[in-house]
Amino acid sequence: MANDDRVGSRDVEPKGFLAKTLMKLYVPSVLSGMKKTMEYMIRPKATLQYPEVKRVTRKGYRGEHRLKQDEQGRMKCVACFMCQTACPAECIEITAGPSPWPDRDKAPVQFRIDMMKCIYCGMCEEACPCDAIELTETYTQVSTSREEKIYDINRLLSN
Amino acid sequence: MTPWLIFGAKAVGGLACQMGVGPAFTIVERRVAAWIQGRVGPNRVGPLGLFQPLADLVKFISKEQIVPADADRVLFLLGPLLVFAPPIFGFCVIPYGNMIGDEHLQIANLPIGVLFVMSVISTGVYGMMLGGWASNNKYALLGSLRASAQIISYELSLGLAILIAVMMSSSLDLNVIVEQQAGKGFGAWNVFGGGHLSQLPSGLLGFGLMFICALAENNRLPFDLSECEAELVGGYHTEYSSMSLGVFMLSEYLSMILMCGLMTSIYLGGWSFPGITDPSDHSILAGLISWAVFMTKILSMMFVYVWIRWTLPRFKYNQLMDLGWKAFLPASLVNIALLAVIGVMGV
Ligand code: SF4
Ligand code: SF4
Repeated sequence: MANDDRVGSRDVEPKGFLAKTLMKLYVPSVLSGMKKTMEYMIRPKATLQYPEVKRVTRKGYRGEHRLKQDEQGRMKCVACFMCQTACPAECIEITAGPSPWPDRDKAPVQFRIDMMKCIYCGMCEEACPCDAIELTETYTQVSTSREEKIYDINRLLSN
Repeated sequence: MTPWLIFGAKAVGGLACQMGVGPAFTIVERRVAAWIQGRVGPNRVGPLGLFQPLADLVKFISKEQIVPADADRVLFLLGPLLVFAPPIFGFCVIPYGNMIGDEHLQIANLPIGVLFVMSVISTGVYGMMLGGWASNNKYALLGSLRASAQIISYELSLGLAILIAVMMSSSLDLNVIVEQQAGKGFGAWNVFGGGHLSQLPSGLLGFGLMFICALAENNRLPFDLSECEAELVGGYHTEYSSMSLGVFMLSEYLSMILMCGLMTSIYLGGWSFPGITDPSDHSILAGLISWAVFMTKILSMMFVYVWIRWTLPRFKYNQLMDLGWKAFLPASLVNIALLAVIGVMGV
């Protein structure tokens, strides 16, 4: 706080009888306090009216995951387990199977992420050699049971 | 028949001023408190949260009314009502607008209105004492003791501060006091000396004292020692629940309105405002305008009350008593002596 804000604090020496009396009756302190609260009163508030107004996430916000697909609608993931290995929270669980497409060997049969364990660090996204997984900017997750919190491959693909 | 009709209309109008503004002001208080604290405040019920008082009312009514097992049942339930009634009685004599036709906009035109208000205000403390005592709770008892000691101490200075205005106007009739201040510019307001420049310091000091004493009389922060949460749980209404608590809360606002109405009438020119009201115009429109001016004045004063409440920390009890007995009382006495001398010398 700047020094000139502190009108009426003890370090300001009042001069003259009237000033001293007013100071004794806390008049300057009270007035400067009221000035301060008035400033706060008219200052715009930071609160967002949440359900109606949603916070705009900054670029690169790390929310729910998404498994990406290429132009032909095939999922990009090749089940290399890099993300599962990199994940510090050990919340990714991949089951690999043979790929239906000739240009790769494997594809995931199941791809589960436990969203309750995930710490949204983005390591999976960075580890992926195929750019197949990414964190979206969705930060609202609704579920009514623990099981629902474990997102499976379909959920992740549809994100 | 007609006198009764007129009386009824005036009573309804006067009550509407008070009973309408009282609950409505709870939302103002909460919103302003929130703004000062950097919050938004209740804004969900109705447009801008304006129907919040209704929601509060529904909540208060639907709660269970609990009377503590060892409490004195009759006195316990009587307490809130005894706090509730005085501000309404007191408002009867406050002129809330200019004359319409031959009728003063005032429920009862008493020639000793000022005395009536003062005596009625002081009875409010009985409700608090009874409520706190009948709760059979140490905190409630302490709270009510504090409230009564505080109110009785500050009543002295308050009375003397009122006396200043009475001396300036030489009348105890609130109508006369207001009419003397009306239509002659700001200088005629008692706070600015009531038309005599030599009385200006007395007016300012008297108004300042009255304002602070009114804060203390209404147990408002920074003088709300009777209900300070940190020490006394809730003070004299600790044991109250449901609508009896609601009545306590509401009466706090009603007595604030009464105090602001009284202060406005005797110091701030009542319903008059230079350039807006014309005291000699007794038409209905002029009456309504003067009423609006009066309400605006009351509301702005109450806003200052709220503003102060969320600015200042609470006093200690000894500071409160020191301030009342050692600062305000001598100051008011000196002020009266000064005004008397000035008056006798006729400057
Ligand atoms: S964001 Fe971090 S914790 Fe979550 S799945 Fe990816 S690597 Fe694991
Ligand atoms: S690192 Fe990428 S390609 Fe490898 S398993 Fe994870 S998401 Fe699939």
